[in-house]
Amino acid sequence: MTRSSRSPTARPAATGTPVVNRRDLLKLFGVTAGAVTLPELLAACGSGKSGGGGSSTNKVVSVGSNASDAVPKQAYVDVFAKAKAATGLDIQVNTVDHNTFQQQINSYLQGTPQDVFFWFAGNRMNFFAQKGLATPISDVWEKIGGNFTPALKAASTGTDGQQYFVPFYYYPWAVFYRKSVFEQHGYQPAKTWDEYVALLKQQQKDGLTPLAMADEGGWPVMGTFDYINMRTNGYQFHIDLMNGKESWTDPRVKTTFDHWAEILPYHDLQGGLARKWEEAAATLAQKKSAMFLLGMFVGQQFQGKDKEDLDFFAFPEINPQFGQDSVEAPIDGFMLSRKLKNEDGAKKLLEYMAGTEAVETYLKSDPNNIAANTKADTSSYNSLQKKAVELIGSAQHISQFLDRDSRPDFVSTVMIPSLQQFIKNPKDTGSLLSSIEKQKQSIFVG
Amino acid sequence: MATVPSPTPAGPRTRRRARKLTRRDKVVLSVMVAIPALLHIALVWVPTFGSIALSFSRWEGVGGFDTIQWIKTLNYRQIFTIYPPFWPAVQHNLIWLGFLFLATGFGLFLAVQLDKQLRFTRFYQSVIFLPVMLSLAIVGFIWRLVYSHDDGLLNNLLGTHVDWLGNSRINLWAALVASGWRHVGYIMIIYLAGLKALDPSLREAAAIDGANEWQSFRRVVFPALKPINVVVLVITAIEALRAFDLVYVINKGTNGLELLSVLVTNNIVGEASRIGFGSALAVVLLVISLAFIIPYLVVYFRGSFAGRGAR
Repeated sequence: MTRSSRSPTARPAATGTPVVNRRDLLKLFGVTAGAVTLPELLAACGSGKSGGGGSSTNKVVSVGSNASDAVPKQAYVDVFAKAKAATGLDIQVNTVDHNTFQQQINSYLQGTPQDVFFWFAGNRMNFFAQKGLATPISDVWEKIGGNFTPALKAASTGTDGQQYFVPFYYYPWAVFYRKSVFEQHGYQPAKTWDEYVALLKQQQKDGLTPLAMADEGGWPVMGTFDYINMRTNGYQFHIDLMNGKESWTDPRVKTTFDHWAEILPYHDLQGGLARKWEEAAATLAQKKSAMFLLGMFVGQQFQGKDKEDLDFFAFPEINPQFGQDSVEAPIDGFMLSRKLKNEDGAKKLLEYMAGTEAVETYLKSDPNNIAANTKADTSSYNSLQKKAVELIGSAQHISQFLDRDSRPDFVSTVMIPSLQQFIKNPKDTGSLLSSIEKQKQSIFVG
Repeated sequence: MATVPSPTPAGPRTRRRARKLTRRDKVVLSVMVAIPALLHIALVWVPTFGSIALSFSRWEGVGGFDTIQWIKTLNYRQIFTIYPPFWPAVQHNLIWLGFLFLATGFGLFLAVQLDKQLRFTRFYQSVIFLPVMLSLAIVGFIWRLVYSHDDGLLNNLLGTHVDWLGNSRINLWAALVASGWRHVGYIMIIYLAGLKALDPSLREAAAIDGANEWQSFRRVVFPALKPINVVVLVITAIEALRAFDLVYVINKGTNGLELLSVLVTNNIVGEASRIGFGSALAVVLLVISLAFIIPYLVVYFRGSFAGRGAR
């Protein structure tokens, strides 16, 4: 390199040195400026091959799936095979990696998405519905409405009063524990906050880590915040806070964080922020931790007899005014994109998915959830599933989870770092909350 | 192609030829210049200026251009005042830069040692260079296994319970070690190539003049490596500014590992993108990058023009 750049015959542009630098310059611009074009590029890539050839027969219905994990993927193969037989539709499924699907949903829906796509209830549904990126399906709900509870219908309804979503299954969040550990030490599930704190203290005395903790990805601790806030201030305040209508500097929010700070020392804080939920679940399985507040998918980490040993109780009551009236139970299901190639076929498929056969088929292969359809056969449920049905049946309100109940941009750019900040320094909530409020006002504008 | 004049002759001869270009030559030449120029404009300048323009807007990336709201410098004001991760990110980028310069020095040290006809020098070179062949994302995965709190290699070997990746006071340094691990090999190989290309008579002359090893390195070898030093300087600065993959693999660039590049990504790529806000962050990163690149380009072009003038 040195020689050629000094040689009189060579031109600067042809030597090694500038080429390297120009390439690095390009890369650099790619990182900075090119990031803007990424959504458009993704939109271009998002156009699946499923669009072709459907219009003449009108039998083809395309489906965009995010069920890329092995167990759900296989379960959906069975479901769609049965759907094909039952409806006579030619169902073409395009499965995309779960996280990728989520990351590019914005551009995917603006490109040429499949007719039916997998998505989540709550604000996450409403956000895209109100942007005009989804087709309302109130007419479908007239036929399928009897299959679902009013709470599920509310979770499927946008702010304009129309339905946009067909719920398929959900999984409640609760305090999970091992029955054998509770029996061995004579613990009782806590009903109230005082009992809960006493239980944590006792467990610590007995040499256990009272609460397992994970926060890799920033989302697992959100469940704790949601529950404490709903128990302290009620479902309506929580949802209004999520929608930017209530202020984060409200003293009620401060109370929520005070409660959290009270039990924070009983969490497995050492390494907690970097730990994956699977690793935290392992400490529960190994009986190092006594309890773990997580979704029912925690059962994926328990096999055989251990699985039967797994149990849960509802998050304890804090304010008697609200009792335990809310349950956090994220709902997964289906929506219709905005420009449909086969509207009748797509709606027909949604009706089928809202029926009992589809979800029963699904849960046979993936029993870590419960059917949203209240008429689905529950006789094959394991004890955990049965208990989950009771828990949700007793709830007056179902919340979706912080990152599904609020604006995604607010959650990912403000709430994830803020909650981590709180866990690192639980004493200084005043300035933290005013920082959240300032940022919230900059995001909740349009 | 056959009609294009051979590009090898330089200097005055080219200039004389230029007058003799046929019309066809001119067309061919303009096409050959135009295509790269257009590509360059479309792929580099349009996104850059698009990014700068969008940084003055609020846009969720949904709908046409009519949904873009123009909000002047609000994004910048928010970044500098109420966006908590911003200043830590700038600080981390600067620490990253400083640390990589240290790693660069170490890479140079290794190169000088390996240049000394050691036994097994090829083996050492390969070992030290090996991490460079891995993508930073892979490096991130490898070091995750090393640093993991519960069952990581490091804590098990040392018998400690240090929260290498979760403690925001430590994790930046843990990530820097991983990044430096790779950077050292990269720098070493560049310097090694430079040292091998160095005329041995320079060192011999220095030795005859009675210079010891350190003097010969500092006064003769290092100055002779000047072109390489400039390249390495720029590479190091760019590596530090575009650092991304490693922290993204570790914890998505949160909790003590904020970097400007990660903030740009977190705001722009995702479900509901803050295109305007993220663009403003990207422009800040662009300005910082230019602060490193413009002086380099000035020095480089001044040097090369001066060199040509002298001949």
